[in-house]
Amino acid sequence: MVVLKGYGMLRHSRTIMRTAHGRIIQRASKYRIVHDVDLYRMFRIENATQPDVRVFRTESARDGITMNSRGLRSQLKDSVPVAGLCPQGAYGIQDCLRSGFSSVKNELLPSHPLELSEKNFQPNKDKMNFSTLRNIQGLHAPLKLQMEYRAARQIQRLPFLPSSNLALDTLRGNDESIGFEDILCDPAQSEMMGEPHLMVEYNLGLL
Amino acid sequence: MALSNVLHAPAAGFNFDHAARNAELEGLFDAQIPKPVKTGTTIAGVVFKDGVVLGADTRATSSEVVADKMCSKIHYIAPNIYCCGAGTAADTEKTTELLSSNLTIFSLNSGRNPRVVMAVNILQEMLYRYHGQIGASLILGGVDCTGNHLYTVGPYGSVNTMPYLAMGSGDLAALGILEDGYKPDLELDKAKELVRAAIHAGVMNDLASGNNIDICVLTRGGVDHIRPYQVSQYKDKRKTKYKYGAGTTAVLTEKVVPVKLEVVEETVQRMDTA
Repeated sequence: MVVLKGYGMLRHSRTIMRTAHGRIIQRASKYRIVHDVDLYRMFRIENATQPDVRVFRTESARDGITMNSRGLRSQLKDSVPVAGLCPQGAYGIQDCLRSGFSSVKNELLPSHPLELSEKNFQPNKDKMNFSTLRNIQGLHAPLKLQMEYRAARQIQRLPFLPSSNLALDTLRGNDESIGFEDILCDPAQSEMMGEPHLMVEYNLGLL
Repeated sequence: MALSNVLHAPAAGFNFDHAARNAELEGLFDAQIPKPVKTGTTIAGVVFKDGVVLGADTRATSSEVVADKMCSKIHYIAPNIYCCGAGTAADTEKTTELLSSNLTIFSLNSGRNPRVVMAVNILQEMLYRYHGQIGASLILGGVDCTGNHLYTVGPYGSVNTMPYLAMGSGDLAALGILEDGYKPDLELDKAKELVRAAIHAGVMNDLASGNNIDICVLTRGGVDHIRPYQVSQYKDKRKTKYKYGAGTTAVLTEKVVPVKLEVVEETVQRMDTA
């Protein structure tokens, strides 16, 4: 029996098992096992930044336990959605108005000095806090806290509806402070609405 | 209308989508881009015996044009903390408003008056996070349970504390007066006069500072925000409103004629209240 197993990407939770006679049995697996078959696809998805969706996909366990063994380090972004790879515009081509003309320089560097540091701000802050906590109080402290964060992150509405993230905010202490993320670009007042079916499919990894 | 290329909700906070486009358009529209309103300013603060005196001018410029002759640069942070702001006007306004909101939440949660060091720390973290892109140089002054404090926070997050401080484009002129006239434990009148003289030097010697001078005195007993403390001698004599008060023109005779209205036509329209 061969079970296709891999690491990194979360895909649909079915394993394809081939018996000794070559018959393929499909079985819904209790664990999300990841298929690492298509390197190009994995690379493509790895570089395309879908930060919150990825966290949501890795952390939300609709029908099982998620396995993201790399922890916080894997959530740090080292690039932003980039011109050539996985173009973000309509019909899969470069949206010149938004991201400028494609060039090698554009593709290698983020376009605003703050873009990368802002994307990584929360994971970096968490990493720093957890490592300090680990040094002071021992391994159990960050482990317990991270468990609580994972549980709180799973409390979400449907992908196309705005979630309040109340539990997560309370854990992080964001319910007692106001920052730019509360004032600017409020997702509840976004002028663009995504197509609900596509967003749900994207979240489930079917798209 | 649902867009099919939006696959996840946009992230809250600053949006950098147009950064690449703006970089491409950099050299093309230079003449027509509106310049941000800067407070290009003189602000100063002095710690005296019973508290802190803050002073500021009231001119806001948009490159070479005066955008606002009476802008208020001394912002409220907490009942016992006020902040003068220099730099980009919008940045100082919003940053101080955010700071004030955060401190209000803290006061409501803990039942305590906020301390000046808290305000300074929150500001420092916020400004350092954005690496100077938020152009706000602030002078914070306040009186709390630990004493009288005066701090300055730069746009990159640097913090300084001194008994007398000046920031803005006219800070060199103001600092000269402060260095010359400052003594520890000044009296209230002398402190107000020192700050006034410092701002006046900035007003006279710096193009981007001018018009009136505002003073804010913070003591244990309360706050005295004097706006304006000194009015510019080049005050504009034009009227902004051409509305004449009652009695400007003499009344010679008065005749009252009641207008009788008679009903010509009456229609009844029923409302559907079911």
